[in-house]
Amino acid sequence: MTATDPIVSVRDLRKTYGSLTALDGVSFDIERGETFALLGPNGAGKSTTIEILEGYRDRTSGAALVLGTDPSKGGLAWKARLGIVLQSSGESGSVTVREQLSHFASFYPHPRSVDEVIGAVGLEAKAKTLIRNLSGGQRRRVDVALGVIGRPELLFLDEPTTGFDPEARHQFWHLVRSLKSDGTTILLTTHYLDEAAQLSDRAGVIAGGALIDIGSIDEIGGAEARTPVVRWFEGGEREERTPSPGAFVASLQGRLGTEVPGLEVVRPSLEDVYLRLVSRGVSASLDVVTSTGSVHRSTSSTTGSAS
Amino acid sequence: MSNTLALGGKRIGYEVRQYFRQGDTVFFTFLFPLVMLTIFSTAFSESSFGTDADGNDVSAAAFYLPAMLAAGVLLSGLQNMAVDIAMEKSDGTLKRLGGSPLPVFSYFMGKIGQVFVTGLAQAAAILLLAATVFQVPLPTEAEKWLTFAWVFVLGVVTSAILGIALSSIPRSGKSATAVIIPITLVLQFISGVYLSFTQLPEWLQNIASVFPLKWMAQGMRAVFLPENFEVLEQNESWDLPGVALVTLLWLVVGLVASRVTFRWIRKDS
Repeated sequence: MTATDPIVSVRDLRKTYGSLTALDGVSFDIERGETFALLGPNGAGKSTTIEILEGYRDRTSGAALVLGTDPSKGGLAWKARLGIVLQSSGESGSVTVREQLSHFASFYPHPRSVDEVIGAVGLEAKAKTLIRNLSGGQRRRVDVALGVIGRPELLFLDEPTTGFDPEARHQFWHLVRSLKSDGTTILLTTHYLDEAAQLSDRAGVIAGGALIDIGSIDEIGGAEARTPVVRWFEGGEREERTPSPGAFVASLQGRLGTEVPGLEVVRPSLEDVYLRLVSRGVSASLDVVTSTGSVHRSTSSTTGSAS
Repeated sequence: MSNTLALGGKRIGYEVRQYFRQGDTVFFTFLFPLVMLTIFSTAFSESSFGTDADGNDVSAAAFYLPAMLAAGVLLSGLQNMAVDIAMEKSDGTLKRLGGSPLPVFSYFMGKIGQVFVTGLAQAAAILLLAATVFQVPLPTEAEKWLTFAWVFVLGVVTSAILGIALSSIPRSGKSATAVIIPITLVLQFISGVYLSFTQLPEWLQNIASVFPLKWMAQGMRAVFLPENFEVLEQNESWDLPGVALVTLLWLVVGLVASRVTFRWIRKDS
């Protein structure tokens, strides 16, 4: 692979379990240095996709390349370039945090410093504690630490912050940003849409085993989905979606006076956009994702009434 | 390859450390034969287990010493390994390792090394307990200790490999002890560990002779029981070549089964 080839390349990925179709033709690329979020409801196919790319599951059909290698055939040298934070772990943990990290560091050719990584996940005070005596959130931080200890080129983060308190989550975001500035490519799945918005450059939304949208965080869902909403009181709660909220508020002021009661101007968050996409994606697949990962929208699909 | 061996060496230290930090394995695997030796030696302290060529009584402790050494080899190897790996499979340890660049060979080097280190410590503790507390006279001939060495090493390695092969049977970590312990318990009863082998009916002796524990126990008896006890064995012989042959055969069976069945994770389950 050359420097410009994508780090992850997925084409028409399918996975079936007997008669059940878990993935039905998913295609996307992740470029070097990019943070890509895979979003979708539980059971949509996120973990199946990520586990195929990690080499844990075999695909039924389609093509996948991770760091230029077919993940179902990846050897030890390939694994040494990956960092994997699995969705859950329940190891007996009869070693201390530092012992575990030093041990795993020894598997890799160019590991990060154990103390730096312990510091980066905020476990300095627990470095000599047995992992089994840590809280759920602290164990999760060990998982993250183990994922980055080998200085991976590509890091898989499968719901990494489950069980974190808000402070730990912000600390984790800081860590991910510093990994990103080191050039690490990251594939993230999360149920926290603010997290995806904070960390990722692009996102793909999976529902029912299909990729229903893909794009940059600012553009996903289409411009229409991001139309600001103006809310105010006028004999009850009123709401108007408008691309020009300033002018609209000015007109309200003309009618209701300078201080419009209960005035609120809201730009839909990624969470709002996501929920709209997913509810639409489940009811009818109006979007067609081409094999290159770009989205063609049928003309009838996006009207204001879709919400 | 040198990296694989170096990592295997690191795994041994890591595994041994984990082993001794888990209270339940230390009790049910490591201390169990010592507890049983103490119970038998005390409970049957008034019974006679025969006399040696010079007419000295053979105590219960002396009689049970080789049996407990063989049981220790089976527990430290087969039971410990089968339960340990089944647990690691279900709690995600193997999944994490499978996603790391740790070679499978290094992983198994660590496991077998752990069995070897803990098994050796256990055998030393059993011998120390027998010699000091229960005053069992230990052999002085180098030849006997040589026999002990190869029976022990072959037994430990075979047990460990069979444990790896059996670890694929339990469907979950929780069921691992329930599946594995009955196997080792029955084997111990029919192979002359708890019950004197010579008192078992011949058909049961023949069944036990298929499995390696009977032979490991017989090898241990050859080392620690007086010469005149040899006539009590099947065919009135310690049959050390038989011990080597059957144990080696099981070693090969275990290696093939482990090679065929071991996976870091159950794909697509």
